[in-house]
Amino acid sequence: MSIYRTHILVPVDEGTVQAGVFEVKRKLEQAILQKGLEKEVKVVESGTVGIQDKGVILVVYPERIYYTNVRPGDVTLIVDEHLLKGHIPPGIKHRTLDIQAGMKSLHNTGLTRQQKRVVLDKSWKIAPDNIREVLAAGGYSALEKIFGEKITPEAIIDTVKKSGLRGRGGAGFPTGIKWEATRNAVGDQKYIICNADEGEPGTFKDRLILEGDPHKLIEAMVIAGYAIGATKGFVYIRGEYGLSIERMQKAMDQAREFSLLGANILETGFSFDLEIKKGAGAYICGDETALIESLEGKRGNPRVKPPYPVTNGLWQKPTAVNNVETLANIPQIITQGSEWFHTMGTEMCPGTKVFTILGHIESPGLIEVEMGTPLREIIFSYGGGISGGKKFKAALLGGASGVFLSEKLLDVHMDLESLKENKAVLGSGAVLVMNEEASIPDMLFSILKFYAHESCGQCAPCRVGTHQLLQLAWNVREGKGQVEDIDTMMSLAELMWRSSLCPLGQSVITPVKSAIENFRDEFVLAVSHNQVS
Amino acid sequence: MKLEELRKIREKTEKEMFLRDGKARIKVVVGMGTSGIAAGARETLKTLLDEVAKRELKDVIVSQAGERGLSSYEPVVSVFEEGKPTVVYGNVSVDIARKIVAEHVVNGNPVSDNVIEVNS
Repeated sequence: MSIYRTHILVPVDEGTVQAGVFEVKRKLEQAILQKGLEKEVKVVESGTVGIQDKGVILVVYPERIYYTNVRPGDVTLIVDEHLLKGHIPPGIKHRTLDIQAGMKSLHNTGLTRQQKRVVLDKSWKIAPDNIREVLAAGGYSALEKIFGEKITPEAIIDTVKKSGLRGRGGAGFPTGIKWEATRNAVGDQKYIICNADEGEPGTFKDRLILEGDPHKLIEAMVIAGYAIGATKGFVYIRGEYGLSIERMQKAMDQAREFSLLGANILETGFSFDLEIKKGAGAYICGDETALIESLEGKRGNPRVKPPYPVTNGLWQKPTAVNNVETLANIPQIITQGSEWFHTMGTEMCPGTKVFTILGHIESPGLIEVEMGTPLREIIFSYGGGISGGKKFKAALLGGASGVFLSEKLLDVHMDLESLKENKAVLGSGAVLVMNEEASIPDMLFSILKFYAHESCGQCAPCRVGTHQLLQLAWNVREGKGQVEDIDTMMSLAELMWRSSLCPLGQSVITPVKSAIENFRDEFVLAVSHNQVS
Repeated sequence: MKLEELRKIREKTEKEMFLRDGKARIKVVVGMGTSGIAAGARETLKTLLDEVAKRELKDVIVSQAGERGLSSYEPVVSVFEEGKPTVVYGNVSVDIARKIVAEHVVNGNPVSDNVIEVNS
């Protein structure tokens, strides 16, 4: 490993390119070689440093001196005087760069652009296995507020209702109303369940919350338990999430030690305890009724609704099932109020949303931004655009039960209402980006394969339908089908939507319809192309 | 434990977080989520601890946290310093980790090549 004593940044942007930055850079590298400084000084091309109309700029670190309007002729002087002798050559304009302004622009990647972090505010800063650090960072302050100010369960539900928080698992049901219904339901025992099964392909937002800030979830569940009148809660975590389970278990142990969980919490007389249930890897268990069946120790088959879990949930008792991301919003809604929550997002869909960006994208990763952020911004600004300089073709929003969007809908705003208007869904917040080379029939085929594998087999439309669809999709893909097969796929998906028992069979229509409607030409081409050849 | 005790712990730890034992001036946090670990964050963490121990830096805390979503830049290391902007590094290999200790932690010069974000 070599350590350079000096870095010279050469900001390359529109302005400096016009001013001849590359010529200066070449001269600079030559001069450094001539003086034998190549092992001590490193020349780095960087993004803009935010200095406009000053010609070519050179920034010298660690001194943070920058030169403006550098001409090729100045380079030798700078190298001789500054780099070799260590003093600034007379007659050349220079200033000291503000460290923050300078660094900010150096390697600013899309993912690190300004985000609105609510549910993931602490996940990268605090040690999740150190409850003291969590406390110091403001963890459990919502719980402290509730018990300190003696806020009633009704008042909490009212705040959550007013905040307009809606389920982040995909369906977008108002959380406050769910809690109220559970509270009002008749039952000697009530339950709160956190759905951390996160089975939607391409989604990993809940994992980051569980791994990075499990205490936030515990706090939210204690609050939820207090609000709905439950004394027992379950966290149903996807079995593959080893680290999440480990961290959650440790956090629960610590919370009990600090009297934040368990019997007589903070000596207030309120008792609430949590238990982890490991999922066994079935996609269907992300559905709340199947999840409840699985929790009861049975096969994860979804139940017929109604009755809903809010009245007949776990062991037929009133149960509220909430997604991890939904719950993670609760502590801050309590501490900062419902009005604060409305300062973010849209009117009908306040707050933030976590998106996971993946696929043919420059910088895959996760962002948390306000609800209603345009898709174009998510893909091109945060995700850094399509990788390898290719063109955008499609985005699959919301995982396997998601929607294929074409370029036409790139400007859609990512909130429940705007998406619905455009026949799309938000789902779990996964944004899978496909470039011009991706084949939509191929993509749809793998989605249908997933469905056929995950169908629980309880009802005929889904059990048979998923396999029929898979066969049709295979025919189309392999060029063994007819154009009519494409329409058969549509009508079959619609039949499944009408007659399936649970959201799994009902949601097959979403990817099928959007793929065929938005990319019909490709399907037709796949059929006819292969027939010709 | 009662509410008052909780408040006391909170206040006490708040002070300690940066100035553990009244000495620490800088805190280096490694993202240790699944993606981070998969990309080699354990090695990065070990190296940081090793460097800090080797140089007998008593005023540096090396800690771990969850990840932040910068999956394509893992392992991610954040350097927190009182009164200065937080510097986030990406793709922190063992070599870069050594460099961060040598150049940033000891000499106060961020390793600009690997900086992906500066937060005020």
